[in-house]
Amino acid sequence: MTDPISPAPPATGDEVLRVEHVAKRFGALTALRDVNLNLQRGEVLGLIGDNGAGKSTLIKVICGFHQPDAGRIFVNGDEVTLRSVDHARSLGIDTVYQDLALVNELSVYHNMFLNRERRIGPLLNNRLMRRLAREHLTDMGVTIADVNAEVAKLSGGQRQAIAVARSVYSDARILLLDEPLAAMGAKEGALILDLIADLKARGQVSIIIIAHNYAQVLQVCDRINVLQHGAITFDKPTSETSVAELTDLVVAEYRASRSARIAGQR
Amino acid sequence: MSDTLTVTEPAGRSDPDGPAPVRRLLRTAADAFLRRREASVLVVAIGLVIYFQASTPIFLTSDNLRNIAQATAPTAIVAVGIVLLLVSGEIDVSVGMVAALAPFLMHYAIDFYSVPALPAIVLSLLIAAGIGFVNGFITLKLKVPSFVTTLGTFYLLYGVLLTTSHAYPVAIPEPTKGTIQTWLGAGDWASLYWCLVIVAIFHIVLTRTRWGLHTISVGGNLLGATEAGIRATRVKIGNFMLVSVLGAFAGILEAFRINSIDPNIGGGTRITFTAIAAAVIGGTALAGGSGTVIGALIGMLVLAELQNGFNLIGISANPFFLIQGAAILISMIANQYLSGLRRQGRT
Repeated sequence: MTDPISPAPPATGDEVLRVEHVAKRFGALTALRDVNLNLQRGEVLGLIGDNGAGKSTLIKVICGFHQPDAGRIFVNGDEVTLRSVDHARSLGIDTVYQDLALVNELSVYHNMFLNRERRIGPLLNNRLMRRLAREHLTDMGVTIADVNAEVAKLSGGQRQAIAVARSVYSDARILLLDEPLAAMGAKEGALILDLIADLKARGQVSIIIIAHNYAQVLQVCDRINVLQHGAITFDKPTSETSVAELTDLVVAEYRASRSARIAGQR
Repeated sequence: MSDTLTVTEPAGRSDPDGPAPVRRLLRTAADAFLRRREASVLVVAIGLVIYFQASTPIFLTSDNLRNIAQATAPTAIVAVGIVLLLVSGEIDVSVGMVAALAPFLMHYAIDFYSVPALPAIVLSLLIAAGIGFVNGFITLKLKVPSFVTTLGTFYLLYGVLLTTSHAYPVAIPEPTKGTIQTWLGAGDWASLYWCLVIVAIFHIVLTRTRWGLHTISVGGNLLGATEAGIRATRVKIGNFMLVSVLGAFAGILEAFRINSIDPNIGGGTRITFTAIAAAVIGGTALAGGSGTVIGALIGMLVLAELQNGFNLIGISANPFFLIQGAAILISMIANQYLSGLRRQGRT
């Protein structure tokens, strides 16, 4: 994009991630038009927007899965070209996908160490992995009675907690949570929100949450960004906005596009 | 801190009635036993031994046990490979033809190209690995379902086998006679020893190594395993190669045991389907993600016991397939039921 639509926000001191004028097209479809976004150390940023606004594409650009067509990305102030998911991961950017990437047939501790197994010679060091998994989960406030349990036996909230714990354990500094509260009951959602609040209190991890439920997002996020038609159109601290305002914003967009569509049909 | 996030233990483990310690201990032992996937098939295997021994006193004689061992071992070796491949989410129906072809490859190398005996055997195993690689490559890189891929290679290899051998059996190559032939199959218990060693090694590989964990992962959740950075293609192709090599080895053992290299016996569809049946009866899921090497060995033992016992009792071999078919269906239905219980934490 040679002709930026909006000026990039000014850089501030403790910025862990900065996205400038990022654009991404898939053939004729423009998924991201001009995205400017920043994330401070220890901050929890809520990313909301209607289906098809480009949230998932933006997350996949930040985690290295898609390469942007234009724009710049800075991690800890240094400009980077994210070549792959592994490359992004090596820079401390990790994603907890909606499907969680857990293997049902394996135990909790094997999932925690999936592809990062501890070994003695060629053999798995199950005793060590079991102990480390138990310690780390307890440390994160996730009480697990039996780390030997197959993941298939756990509830949605517990599985989410394990997936988040795994990313944090692998030394993620920037955590992207793709709809962590989707398909989750009120109680389980609360567990995840507690977990995020706890991570925030420690201040080591910065988090971007994609979510649909505005009330829950406002509970835990420091700042809200709204993505509409491939650009960030709204950026306010949580204290200065409300569920009503966010709902109005998205509904207004829907109304506008609907009347435009009706007008077009006439 | 969210200290409410608790993974509950399976409900069956703590009993609210609080039975006497001894009873509880027995129950825990019984539970631990039943939770193992091999348990049900082991019960069947022992039950068959008791039944056949009661029917005919020669069942447990040394000679007959050797017969059972020789009927079990080669196919069980193939079944070990099949288990790993099934767990990784793929299947290979061509392995029986690799087993039939491998001793011919050895024979060609020794008798036509004057390769020494042992290098010739290694060469035929390497060629088998190459066949496995081709199976894996076509399946994963060219996106052909593994059943179709290996059905194709099955016929291709059959064609190669019949064309090159002119469909005639040949004698064991002279340089392999003696020690090599005895050690690699002709000795009374040779194939059983090889089988037990291979089962032990791959039981450890599947349950205690990174390779095994990744094999389970790509079969259980392919997308998730890939997102975790596991190179699924490599794992699956590796298991295709493993099946082929084990198939070739089993074929060579069989050829040495029957003292002839015959295109019409020892390989083909029989060994493929018997090995898959043994794996499935032993508790390996066709859908991938779970399976047991020891279960496959016991599954093969059950099939061999049935065939052998029927012979001894004097029942014709024909109804044997009825029993084998029923055994596969019953064990699959039982597995579905048991894994349902296991998931609820009831067994």
